[in-house]
Amino acid sequence: MRLLNVKSLELTVGQKAALLGIAVLALALTGDSLWHAALAQNPFGGPRAVPDQQVGGIVGWLLAKQSEFYRAMSSTIRAAKNDGSAVWTLLGISFAYGIFHAAGPGHGKAVISSYLVANEETARRGIVLSFISALAQALVAVLIVGIGAWLLNVTAKTMCGTERIIEIASYGLIAAFGARLLWSKGRGLLRAVQATRTAAVPELALAHAGAHRHEHAHSHAFAAGGDHAGHDHHGHHHDHHHHHGGHDHADHRNDEHCGHSHGPEPSELAGPGGWKRGLSAVLTVGIRPCSGAILVLVFALAQGLFWAGVAATFVMGIGTAITVATIATIAVSAKGIARRLAAGREGGGALVMRGLEFAAAGLVLLLGVGLLLGYVAAERVTCF
Amino acid sequence: MTRSFAWGFALLVMLLAGAGRASAHPHVWVKSASELVYAADGTITGVRHTWTFDDMFSTYALQGIETKTKGVYTREELAPLAQTNVESLREFGFFTFAKADGKKQKFEEPVDYYLEYKDSALVLHFVLPFKTPFKSRQLAVEIFDPSYFVDFQLQDKDPVKLVGAPASCTTAIERPRDGTASAQKLGEDNFLDGSNANYGAMFANKITVTCP
Repeated sequence: MRLLNVKSLELTVGQKAALLGIAVLALALTGDSLWHAALAQNPFGGPRAVPDQQVGGIVGWLLAKQSEFYRAMSSTIRAAKNDGSAVWTLLGISFAYGIFHAAGPGHGKAVISSYLVANEETARRGIVLSFISALAQALVAVLIVGIGAWLLNVTAKTMCGTERIIEIASYGLIAAFGARLLWSKGRGLLRAVQATRTAAVPELALAHAGAHRHEHAHSHAFAAGGDHAGHDHHGHHHDHHHHHGGHDHADHRNDEHCGHSHGPEPSELAGPGGWKRGLSAVLTVGIRPCSGAILVLVFALAQGLFWAGVAATFVMGIGTAITVATIATIAVSAKGIARRLAAGREGGGALVMRGLEFAAAGLVLLLGVGLLLGYVAAERVTCF
Repeated sequence: MTRSFAWGFALLVMLLAGAGRASAHPHVWVKSASELVYAADGTITGVRHTWTFDDMFSTYALQGIETKTKGVYTREELAPLAQTNVESLREFGFFTFAKADGKKQKFEEPVDYYLEYKDSALVLHFVLPFKTPFKSRQLAVEIFDPSYFVDFQLQDKDPVKLVGAPASCTTAIERPRDGTASAQKLGEDNFLDGSNANYGAMFANKITVTCP
């Protein structure tokens, strides 16, 4: 929202064009990824339904580029043994590789973006979280190779085993985090549904009998679970409900506005505790190192240039962070546009937004479970 | 307005769905050479692969392997790694997919496997025996990684050899048109079985043996 600065409901021609461009890119990525997912998920057992399809355009180019940069890394590290200036080349390649590579699976783009959409998060916070996540990934890779290969001189098989354990832990944490998010967003959605229903009751009825009925219903609400949610749009009783309902503070502040037609500014909603949850979100993905980084580090170590490998890994992480942050920002902005547009709808706007958040939370859970069970393609750990 | 909203929503869904699932790129490169081994009665018994790994993966795989002489790896010293290799490759079907006259052929566990280290690259040798040796008019062997974590390329020189095959048999090879990013549409007419006409894969290397 901040990024695109949509002030009114009407999009300008430029904004429409930008939207269209982004949509086309997203379509290309989705189509391509589905095709790859089909390949990855259906390996050798059943018949592989492979469409006659060419991978070209942006995605093909991205693929070609990252492949190119990655291959250039080993020769550059070799060159750096004799020529110190090659280290600069290595860093340049690593940075470019990081940017391109992050468009591939893993690296937490989907999880981070979904998390940001599910919550009222600012683009700025999304960017910071993307950087923390990417740098955590780099750090874990350096630790695995530094401790495993450099200090203990274990075999690739042992390191790979470690990577797998970390990977499973990461996926499990994503799923758990998604489940928690879905739970809190599910309640938000339920409340919005109730609010919409209540709003459908003619105003007149509320005017003369509403207050009374309201108090009455209120006293029974806690035992009845979600039933009390219908009154949330009245705002005044809000705190009371929530304290009894055991909601956490951040959710509470989000939902407080759900019955109103105007959406709150994301910055208002970035309440205390949000950072903590944001951090736990990015660390679920951040603990899983990138297999490419591990390979580069081991190779650099064998060439006696471990430090160059470490530098390359962190620069790669910065490149990755830029891509992830860009995608996260687009996701936050798209939600901002959706909120603006939804705000114009009578009552239903809140419902749509809560539905959107609920769906995004569900996506985090699905991603976690899918990764755990191997249904979602992730970058494979080099284990052979 | 409603249409714009639908746009925004669709965009978001696509973005989220697409974000996590874009394509991978290879981390391991293999130059492959294969021998197709025939028995005296003209049946094919198996495929003997010689796979040369790229230097980065070779270095990675050699990490932590103890040797008597630094930088020199004997076949014996590499034996445990070769064991790990073939055991791990099982999960991926050895990246080798064979079809005889349109019918899928199964492989047994690999035999005669060993690793050697030369020119700073690991070379994996192994034989994949067919479950049941067979005769076929047309045999197609494809070598590729469906998830494209490993990039296979047929070796430039003599990527395919027939060992003990009937004299009338001829081989043909197909390489992926572009080793990086283009999809390969295989010539369906190579498969006599029309029902699987769509069978194809990106980056697949295909060896076809025709024995009239």
